[in-house]
Amino acid sequence: MPVPILKQGDCRIASIQSALTDADMLDLRDELSDRVGRFRSKGVIIDVTVLDVLDSFASRTLRTISQMVRLRGAETVIVGIQPEVAFSMVQLGLSLDGVTTVLDLEEGLVHLERSRRARAARAGG
Amino acid sequence: MPVDDVSVTIRGDADVVAARSMGRSLAEDSGFGMTDVTMIATAISELARNILKYAHEGEIVVETVQRNSRSGVSVVARDDGPGIADVGLAMQDGFSTADSLGLGLPGTRRLMDEFEIVSSPGAGTIVTAIKWLR
Repeated sequence: MPVPILKQGDCRIASIQSALTDADMLDLRDELSDRVGRFRSKGVIIDVTVLDVLDSFASRTLRTISQMVRLRGAETVIVGIQPEVAFSMVQLGLSLDGVTTVLDLEEGLVHLERSRRARAARAGG
Repeated sequence: MPVDDVSVTIRGDADVVAARSMGRSLAEDSGFGMTDVTMIATAISELARNILKYAHEGEIVVETVQRNSRSGVSVVARDDGPGIADVGLAMQDGFSTADSLGLGLPGTRRLMDEFEIVSSPGAGTIVTAIKWLR
């Protein structure tokens, strides 16, 4: 099932609705990379609140998306990792190093807004 | 009458999702809390992934187990793939022969209470992992 991608200002929000197969994850990766270019987005939020498992493949794909999006000039924030999912990831040895993660969608939007202001201040100064 | 075993043939990535979802239901019905259920589901996902990666086809069986008045859930991952020549090496953190993060087996062992691998080259692999109710 494809992941709906919503627009919020110059951000894109991928709102995962159900468990994803590997193919779904890879589609999400390609779709986000494409949209960041097409809409000149500066920020991407991936909401994983509903995911009850983040295994090695899912973690690696999230890291790949974050790096791809960065190379395309935008920032990725992963939001909504559940406490028990986080615990299993740590046990498994997955860290999501180099990927920005925040508690929930609200904090994700705040984070991207802060980045946007910092960019504007640099451009203005 | 609650289900006490589920079996999923692993042939493609959709089967990985199906196996962990069925395993999750069984673990929930067996009385495990959310943290343990998530660890069991994550272990199933990694074991199913290993089947796809190394053997391309196999089976995951999740069932309730009883031993010495303890009860729990066992996950058996079985395939007729190439097998593992050096199980000790495969259990070391960072070891991997295919394109992966190299934390599959040792990581999966940390998610469960008991973990056993029976494998030899050409004879396939059977991984049995158990989590006990506390």
